[in-house]
Amino acid sequence: MLEVNSISKKFGDFQAVNNVSFKVDQGEVLGFLGPNGAGKSTTMKMITGFLDVTEGDATICGKSILNETLEAQRNLGYVPENAPLYEDMFVLEFLEFVGKMRSLDKEANKIRVIEVINMCALKDVEFQKIETLSKGYKRRVSLAQALIHDPKVLILDEPTDGLDPNQKHDVRVLIRELAKEKCILISTHILEEVEEVCDRCIIIGEGEKLFEGTPNELKSKSSKGRIQDVFRAITTDQKLQGVNL
Amino acid sequence: MKDKTIRNLFCKEFTNYLKTPLGYVFLVIFLFGIGYLTFEPGRGSFFYMREASLVSFFRYMPWMFLFLIPAVSMRLWSDERKSGTIELLLTMPVTIRQAVIAKFLASWVFIGVALSGTFPMVLTVVYLGNPDLGVVFLGYLASFFMAGALLAVGGFFSALTKNQVISFILTVCVSFLLIMAGSPPVLDFISTFSPKYLVAIFESLSVLNHFDSMERGVFSLSNLWFFTIMIICWLYGSIILLNGNKAS
Ligand SMILES: Nc1ncnc2c1ncn2[C@@H]1O[C@H](COP(=O)(O)OP(=O)(O)OP(=O)(O)O)[C@@H](O)[C@H]1O
Ligand SMILES: [Mg+2]
Repeated sequence: MLEVNSISKKFGDFQAVNNVSFKVDQGEVLGFLGPNGAGKSTTMKMITGFLDVTEGDATICGKSILNETLEAQRNLGYVPENAPLYEDMFVLEFLEFVGKMRSLDKEANKIRVIEVINMCALKDVEFQKIETLSKGYKRRVSLAQALIHDPKVLILDEPTDGLDPNQKHDVRVLIRELAKEKCILISTHILEEVEEVCDRCIIIGEGEKLFEGTPNELKSKSSKGRIQDVFRAITTDQKLQGVNL
Repeated sequence: MKDKTIRNLFCKEFTNYLKTPLGYVFLVIFLFGIGYLTFEPGRGSFFYMREASLVSFFRYMPWMFLFLIPAVSMRLWSDERKSGTIELLLTMPVTIRQAVIAKFLASWVFIGVALSGTFPMVLTVVYLGNPDLGVVFLGYLASFFMAGALLAVGGFFSALTKNQVISFILTVCVSFLLIMAGSPPVLDFISTFSPKYLVAIFESLSVLNHFDSMERGVFSLSNLWFFTIMIICWLYGSIILLNGNKAS
């Protein structure tokens, strides 16, 4: 449902993303890994239509983000990096606003807002101003706004960053639950998360795709079964003991 | 507004003015400021003119707007870009054109509300004498359209930079130039380095000239067109800028 075809991005002379392609099907969670500055967020911004691609294209449910941007965006939920939100709105008000912008009609919107508030455990803060929320709650509000129109494709840029262990766990359970009928692209720096929620993962470094496979394949490259060793070996070209690329 | 997306975004932006301190600070300063300037005890003030008209009221309008409009417009885009919420906005099914129009209309209607808050002035002159209400109406119309033009300028500079302060300063400078474009010092300065026809073009861009002739009660469509075209051009500029950001 999400197809990325040799997408590239140049900022001036700097090649941030170089010829990255992948595919995510329904029911699948694809982990998107890479060191800081690898180009993960840039790739996601291009897929969501926020940034123009320099080359290549992405299709969401068959709609090209280049040529049918709005159609593609209708099937898309996006949690941007650092979960930016309209800080001076109230949680409920904000979610209703997003629902309206997603062209839900009045009744459907009310019902959906209640549903996502329950899904993301926001009941306690629904009448609170967003700027007064803790970081973890902000993340969850951001996740809720991405789910409100029940999109087929979810793009999550570090959705568990800054959550406490319990909330991390809850969000992962939620993602697994959602994955049954959606396709999800999730970027993260937490390698256990990959094992826990992802069906497949790709690793990029300096804008290029370096690895694609299942978390188990990744793990099996290390004789000790340590994913972080494999990650380091792939992204730094270091020779590490017990890692066989 | 037929376009539902524009309407929804408009509502959110407009209610934002009524919920944040910015909206109230603006209203209070605008209403007190214009009230003070109108009745201040100097020459050209309301009492000095001994005439039941709003001439002194409208005459200060451009100078109130010069500082207050940029304060309203500066956050239109700078804020969204700085806090990253623009990523939310532009990944919803919204075109940049719709977003620019909705935000502009919201700020414009807000200024309209502020203007309508000056109605006690009208009541005062009606009580004191027999003002030409047609002239009063034209004065309001001219003020409203001038506000629109300056807001569009401010929106453009807000789209240009993430920094609200820079956006404010640039808007004040450019608004000042546009307001003063017809005045001798500015024209003299321009004519030192540019040919006559450029000076003439520049003079015709003067906001103050267009505003003055309307505020004096001369209704001409060309003045309204001037402001309308200015609004459209600056909004179009914002659209181009924001599209450019997508590429960089
Ligand atoms: N607007 C921009 N202009 C110039 N360079 C940019 C811009 N945005 C990102 N970059 C550069 O592109 C590269 C990739 O950035 P990106 O944010 O995609 O990294 P990332 O993989 O998400 O990193 P992190 O894990 O730290 O979030 C970085 O080197 C960054 O400096
Ligand atoms: Mg990132």
